Amino acid sequence: MSKCVTDVICPFCGTLCDDLIITTDDEGKKVTGVENACAIGAEKFLHSSDHAHRVTRPRKMQEDKSFKEISYDEAIEYTAQLLSKAKKPLMYGWSSTSCEAQSVGHEIAELCGAVVDNTAAVCHGTTLIALQNVGIPSCTLGEIKNRADRVVFWGCNPAHAHPRHMSRYSIFPRGYFTGKGSKQRKMIVVDPRCTDTSSIADIHLQVEQGYDYELLQALRAAVRGEPLSGDFIAGVPKERVIEAAETLKSGRFGVIFFGMGVTQSLGKDHNIDAAICLTKDLNDYTKFSIIAMRGHYNVTGSGQVLGWQFGFPYSVDLSRGFARYNPGETGTIEILKRQEADAVFVLGSDPGAHFPQQCVKEIAKLPSVAIDPHITPTTEICNVHVPVAFVGVEVGGNCYRMDNVPIESRKVVEPPEGMMTDQEFLSAVLKRVRELKAD
Amino acid sequence: MSEYIIKNGNVYDPKTKVKGEVKDICIKDGKIVDKVSSKATSIDAKGKTVMAGGVEVHAHVAGPKVNEGRNFRPEDKLFSYQPAGKNTRMAGGFSIPTTFKTGYEYARMGYTTVMEAAMPPIYARHVHEEIKDTPIIDEAAFPVFGNNWFVFDYIKNNEMDNVMAYISWLLKTTKGYAIKIVNPGGSEAWGWGENCNTIHDPVPYFDITPAEIMTGLLKANEKMGLPHSIHVHTNNLGNPGNYETTLDTFKLTQGVKPNNKFGREQVLHHTHVQFHSYGGDSWGTFESKAKEIMDYVNANKNMTIDLGCVTLDETTTMTADGPFEHHLTTLNHLKWANVDVELETSSGIVPYIYDPNIKVCAIQWAIGLELALYAKDPMRTFITTDHPNAGPFTRYPRIYKWLMSDKSRQAMLKGFKHSDKVIAATNLASMDREISMYELAEMTRAGPAKALGLGNIFGGLDKGMDADVGIYDISEDKITDPEQIEKAFSSAEYVFKSGTLVVNHGEIVSNGNKRTLWVDAKIPVNKQVERDVQMKFLKYYSVNLNNYEVSDHYVPNPYVIEVDTN
Repeated sequence: MSKCVTDVICPFCGTLCDDLIITTDDEGKKVTGVENACAIGAEKFLHSSDHAHRVTRPRKMQEDKSFKEISYDEAIEYTAQLLSKAKKPLMYGWSSTSCEAQSVGHEIAELCGAVVDNTAAVCHGTTLIALQNVGIPSCTLGEIKNRADRVVFWGCNPAHAHPRHMSRYSIFPRGYFTGKGSKQRKMIVVDPRCTDTSSIADIHLQVEQGYDYELLQALRAAVRGEPLSGDFIAGVPKERVIEAAETLKSGRFGVIFFGMGVTQSLGKDHNIDAAICLTKDLNDYTKFSIIAMRGHYNVTGSGQVLGWQFGFPYSVDLSRGFARYNPGETGTIEILKRQEADAVFVLGSDPGAHFPQQCVKEIAKLPSVAIDPHITPTTEICNVHVPVAFVGVEVGGNCYRMDNVPIESRKVVEPPEGMMTDQEFLSAVLKRVRELKAD
Repeated sequence: MSEYIIKNGNVYDPKTKVKGEVKDICIKDGKIVDKVSSKATSIDAKGKTVMAGGVEVHAHVAGPKVNEGRNFRPEDKLFSYQPAGKNTRMAGGFSIPTTFKTGYEYARMGYTTVMEAAMPPIYARHVHEEIKDTPIIDEAAFPVFGNNWFVFDYIKNNEMDNVMAYISWLLKTTKGYAIKIVNPGGSEAWGWGENCNTIHDPVPYFDITPAEIMTGLLKANEKMGLPHSIHVHTNNLGNPGNYETTLDTFKLTQGVKPNNKFGREQVLHHTHVQFHSYGGDSWGTFESKAKEIMDYVNANKNMTIDLGCVTLDETTTMTADGPFEHHLTTLNHLKWANVDVELETSSGIVPYIYDPNIKVCAIQWAIGLELALYAKDPMRTFITTDHPNAGPFTRYPRIYKWLMSDKSRQAMLKGFKHSDKVIAATNLASMDREISMYELAEMTRAGPAKALGLGNIFGGLDKGMDADVGIYDISEDKITDPEQIEKAFSSAEYVFKSGTLVVNHGEIVSNGNKRTLWVDAKIPVNKQVERDVQMKFLKYYSVNLNNYEVSDHYVPNPYVIEVDTN
């Protein structure tokens, strides 16, 4: 006999699919089947229950760089000492864990005067800056499903990065006012490359790399009926730009989805400023929204919890006893580059794999702890690695989808015996930090 | 639990009709009692004002749009941060403070119960996460129903049983408190960039009008006997000449009698009426229609209102009235956030600077105060700023000052850049009424508590009621300068929440025992509604039905109000 859990939330990407069906063995220890998930999501569930490949107890790096197993109590003590002694510890990550865990982490950060930052630092942080400049007209993904007849993917490739996005929300589903599904929708892809997403688009604007800003402003001009000069704009023939502008304007409800191709390429937040302004302009003619294709399944949640607790979505510096926010100064990358942090704590992210080399080297030099179910490039350079249960697989907790809709993830299998969850570990550290700070 | 005796204060309590008499108030086990033992801690309130804890009837303090406001306005935090204290977390923000600051600031003013005014059901979990992180104050949230597709379908087909079953289900699913209606039909129309500007404009594709939506929900509310009435923000907010739409909305209550076991006497609460009391046909001819509005309110006992007073600050407007926020951004050209929510509502956020040098802003300021001064029944007229829309809630003491002191109002009126035009477009200059301390207690304590159906628990100092008490260093007969009013109410000397001392001389001394109120209206979901819910989730929602309900652990300390609808 096997057990079946329905309506499971996928803890992989910001699409946060909530219709997975997971089959486990009788005792609820091993995942034996995953339905409805994309290949990546399915792998996340199947891989987690293969305990043989997992580290199940904390490890401490020795002089010779090898790791030696330590107890959770020792790891808690080490982490609490590290954070409470540091003058400006960096507490980075938070995107692959639950809001409940983030909340406990923030309390530790407040007590220790830490810098709290999430993966927006190297991802959609520029989007957050842009929306602080010019706002953001947006909607939930269900609105796209029910109403949208114009869908733009700019600098993103959902076919690979958010595999079920198009089928669940944006291109293929038949909604209330969109009974003909994809036949009713015009799809525009803006990408310098030909991708599996662009291959099914009605219009593929093959923008020259680094010229997104120019193309966005040209579209804004074209939408307003202003003349465009030159035969090519950002590598795209002028007629194609005008055609795309007319397509956008002629819809009844449109949406722009955008990804890291435009947030982290030349122009950064200025690109998003322009994209949001294009969306705003289009609302003079029809209805238009814009949504960031957030990556980690709960990076959005980290921004939310930071928002209601401190008022800023990322790069929050608590070291002066009150919250400061100044991306470019208080962000993780900048702080590491300036060698300002004196301890590093990572949870729910893998900066070792994604940060610039200079920053990775800095992390390796500093006293550090990494909390992660996996062995990752980050855990390999940190002094202590604390393995924890997989959120969304072995423990539940709240997560926020890319459109900020909160969905509570579910526990489907038991973690390896004796393994702590993020929240349990953080709560124990918090307790100890309070004791240390009271002295 | 500890016992307290508050001695010799000037007590203002509409619930027991005490009008400033010197009296002792006793607290034991979280409740107001007749007497306490000799072990009780004594607090000397001689020459001080004692009132029940304040009850906020309408504010935007938790949830998706509040947080979007925080995150998209880093500038709102400038110069506002307070470091952590012995009992407090670090706290910042002015018009949209962090959750911690929200709790602390309400408590410091002596407010102990707060209603979050608009909860989009699909975001209910977010609202409750924030409520959980808001210390001290008891809170509840109103789910929005006025643009909900289920409601449209059932009302259109006149299926009242289904409307009620759906309301009951949604209140339970979202842990909500009352039926909120925002720009009925108009927020749905905004899905297509359109709006409903009168209560008779049809909603595109749904073959229903705002008037029908409000009437249907009003009838359902009374048939169910919910603690609060429908809580309405009607169509056409913020536009010159909109008072006629407002009066049309009020008239929907004609002949309807309240039905409930909670002591509530109104069938409709209209919120932030200041934004709905405008005459004229353009910004040039913009003028106050507060008198016309209040003439109607005064003559009809089956409705209540709150003011939505403009405080002349830089603030952040946010509402489930999506089309209005778009209109606003085209007026002031400041950044605009919008969130349309599938099957349920829309919403928008735009920063706004109510500049006293701008004629329209000054007229808005006057209208808010006029509404209160025209009110014949302070038990049906409540002080709000529609926080943060017309101003932050932290400005309440300043509004008290303006209402209680003609001198302070006239000084303001004279100081405006367009003073003459403002005086010509309003009646405030000729109004010399000054709200008394007792009336203030009606407008901020007993009145809102009664309208919420909580009049036997909150907002009063009768035996057996929750011991929510504020003690202010002010004496009504010794006020020499209006500034004393603002100062005293900005920082209560002592505040008790459910019998726990939470504020001592302006300092937070305890985080209390915060509760979340929600209403469990016991109507079994019928087969039809069950099937409709399943179908709509399957076909049109982007989340599964089984992931929609707010689980109990997001409401760790619930105060469930059960309604037996049979």
